[in-house]
Amino acid sequence: MRDLGVINELNIDFMGMRRPAIILSGALMLIFLLSILIRGFNLGLDFTGGTVLEVGYQNPAELSDVRAALEAKGFTGATIQHFGARTDVLIRLAPQEGEEAGAQLSEEVFKALSDAVEGQVELRRVEFVGPQVGEELREQGGLAVLFALIGILIYVAVRFEWRFSVGAVAATLHDAFFVVGIFSLFQIPFDLTVLAAVLAVIGYSLNDTIVIFDRIRESFRKVRKETAIEITNMAVNQTMSRTVITGGTTLLVLIALYAFGGEALSGFSLALIIGVVVGTYSTIFVATATVIMLGISRADLLTVPKEGAEAGNTLP
Amino acid sequence: MNQYPLWKNLLILGVILGALLLAVPNLFSQDPSIEITAARGSEVTEASVAEVRAALETAGAPFKDIETREGGKLLVRFASSADQLAGQEAIERSLSERYRTALTLSADLPGWVRFLGLSPMSMGLDLRGGIHVVIDVDMDAALDQALERYVGDFRTELRDRKIRYLTVAREGSRILVKFNDAATRDEAQRTLSNEFRDLDIQPLDEGGNFAIAASLPPAQQEEIRSFALQQNITTLRNRVNALGVAEPSIARQGDRRIVVQLPGAQDPGRLKELLGATATLEYRLVDTEHSVADALDGRVPVGSRLYRERDGTPILLNRRVIVTGDQITDASAGFDGQSGSPAVFVNLDGQGARRMRDVTTENVGKPMAVVFIENVTTTEVVDGEAVKRTRKVEEVISVATIREPFGRRFQTTGLDGSNEAHDLALLLRSGALAAPIQIVEERTIGPSLGQDNIDQGFMSVMVGLALVLLFMALYYRVFGLVANVVLVANVIMIVAILSMLQATLTLPGIAGIVLTVGMAVDANVLIYERIREEIRNGSSPQACIHAGFDKALSSIVDANVTTLIAAVVLFSFGTGPIKGFAVTLVIGILTSMFTAIFASRALINLIYGGRRVKKLAI
Repeated sequence: MRDLGVINELNIDFMGMRRPAIILSGALMLIFLLSILIRGFNLGLDFTGGTVLEVGYQNPAELSDVRAALEAKGFTGATIQHFGARTDVLIRLAPQEGEEAGAQLSEEVFKALSDAVEGQVELRRVEFVGPQVGEELREQGGLAVLFALIGILIYVAVRFEWRFSVGAVAATLHDAFFVVGIFSLFQIPFDLTVLAAVLAVIGYSLNDTIVIFDRIRESFRKVRKETAIEITNMAVNQTMSRTVITGGTTLLVLIALYAFGGEALSGFSLALIIGVVVGTYSTIFVATATVIMLGISRADLLTVPKEGAEAGNTLP
Repeated sequence: MNQYPLWKNLLILGVILGALLLAVPNLFSQDPSIEITAARGSEVTEASVAEVRAALETAGAPFKDIETREGGKLLVRFASSADQLAGQEAIERSLSERYRTALTLSADLPGWVRFLGLSPMSMGLDLRGGIHVVIDVDMDAALDQALERYVGDFRTELRDRKIRYLTVAREGSRILVKFNDAATRDEAQRTLSNEFRDLDIQPLDEGGNFAIAASLPPAQQEEIRSFALQQNITTLRNRVNALGVAEPSIARQGDRRIVVQLPGAQDPGRLKELLGATATLEYRLVDTEHSVADALDGRVPVGSRLYRERDGTPILLNRRVIVTGDQITDASAGFDGQSGSPAVFVNLDGQGARRMRDVTTENVGKPMAVVFIENVTTTEVVDGEAVKRTRKVEEVISVATIREPFGRRFQTTGLDGSNEAHDLALLLRSGALAAPIQIVEERTIGPSLGQDNIDQGFMSVMVGLALVLLFMALYYRVFGLVANVVLVANVIMIVAILSMLQATLTLPGIAGIVLTVGMAVDANVLIYERIREEIRNGSSPQACIHAGFDKALSSIVDANVTTLIAAVVLFSFGTGPIKGFAVTLVIGILTSMFTAIFASRALINLIYGGRRVKKLAI
């Protein structure tokens, strides 16, 4: 007797939804682009330069008191906020004229704070980044994204076909832009760890895309009658449970990281949470749709040289 | 069907057990400790252990134990960092003359682990607290200084040779020397080209003026730059040792930066004071007429002073200074033209050269010493008041016999090797010649924040792991349990490789591990979904397993290789937090491919392989 289980074979016409999906993506991209152009980013210390102090008070601290203590000593224009707990305060100062001044500044600020309150103030963290370094880090970050994309473009073009390569890069750019756009739109602080997360999103989104591409390639070789759209739909449906489960487990750990990882990693995990969700969507609607629109056909894939073993197994 | 040969199973088991062994040191607690080394001229002996013990017990500072370490060090362990600081104070108070202390973290490893030479992951500054400073060396200033020195040298040289010139001046990146007529100009060019072979000297006629232009060729500029960087690294090493940090790291970053990392250090102010220290040199004659032993007993002769060499050997020097550091215009390492042995070449300015000639003419055959002097201003808190104190460090860095009278240029030979020549040249330049530096990045992480970061990171790894394990077991049943076993093995392998490579674990690195945990199950999911598909197609259980692993392979490899490309790019472009994240991501991708493809296959083969199976629990 054969075993009859739950039929979780889906048959959703994803490709039929590709036009509305592209309009949706396009509209969102436009909003993000406008936001980036108009609002820009709430760039972190790593990129702007300046000084950040994290201090721990014994009792919950009022931000207005902290500001008063600083202004009394002539430190104006500081951004002051609670960091994680009510007893922790983060003070950020813009880059000062002259680098030497910047390096000395933290001590003076801390002294001003310690003098102003009864009891001990703990200096938990000081970060000073010179304006020059900030600029270099911005440049390096941009280069990293660029080179990651070029490397991936080449690998996918060699392993698959150029249309897939374009599809993969389109989806990846879409995801990176989406994450960056949300950080701009809601003015969430964008620091080096968020940049690392954006690059990790690129990695994850690709991972997801490649798995479906792999299945599309396999289906093209195995199935002879259906159209490209039907084959793509089939491949997306067949891999759907995997897409959902992997996305789900990754989201599980990211939510754990967001909840328990502390303030320092909250931007990082948030960027990845957005990235995983968008990455899954873009795999289906951006990556594969691009491949379809570029006019993929069976002949394109058969000419690509492939390891003998697998081709031998799947071809009649 | 679906059976691995025995060797393959054993190999996989071996790899995982090996990883487990490498990861073991991370299970033991990291104790706040003090490392004690002997100050110059004394040694750490068995008696020192008793002394330190007595000092701690008198002060009532609780400690865990004291042990002797290789390289003449003592290590005192404490239960908490508060005890550690109390202990350091106690030792400094009573024994500071003969011992130096440094705060460190030390894993409390049992004997057998230490015997095997295993060590835990090294923790980044964001986890253990400490100071991270990036220093920029002003290369333009270094080049300008070099040119300025040549300006002076040109004047002296032309005057000595009685060649009349109008002006010698630096203009941008070249030196212009102007003359009255072409004949003088040509003579000057010949002389100068001969004397200053490093420079590119060309005639330059413009607007009826006769002039020559001297510039530094690119190779020479490059040398000056790398010298400036190295010199700063050398002086920083010397100074940072005074900070009492167990494992300071001073490394070059790129063309003009130096990264200083001081784990456990808490006072960036002191580091900045050290960086601002000024150094100078003095050439003095050695007093050979009086006894050093008498001087040590307190009977120092009137015209002399007692100094110490770097290894602690006492030496008597004349009180009169011959030449000071700001009179040195250049010092470089090279090889003696005749003997070919390593040498340091020194150039003095006109005034220094005259003094040197007078003194050396009278004292041929006698030894002369170089004293290195550093002025460090420190701020100490005494009775609640900040007191600035200038500490002077003096030591004799070189003693050499005067072979013949010399003046402007001379060389020191008889050095132990080209390394020593190099170091001496660097020190000789540290007076007036140091390239200016500035701090361009500073990060200080307090110990409590470091501990918070460890706790939060550990917590998120555990919660994330637990959630994934639970889900996989519920969703894939027996196969899910297999995935869970290999997932745990995967985390152990990442920790093992990080420990083995002594790669630094940072907070973003922990985030990388968490992300890997989420993504590592992807390979298993791909395989299991394939197996389920095969079951739906009606294949036999054994065929399902075989086909599932087989068909998922190309997806797994392609997906991981693309992620690997992104991770490697992150690693090569990233600094600081990005690099830490990339390291664990790269390691995680590689280990997860091994565990998902081979280890989980081995386990499933052991469970289902080689027997009749009716139904797969998936």
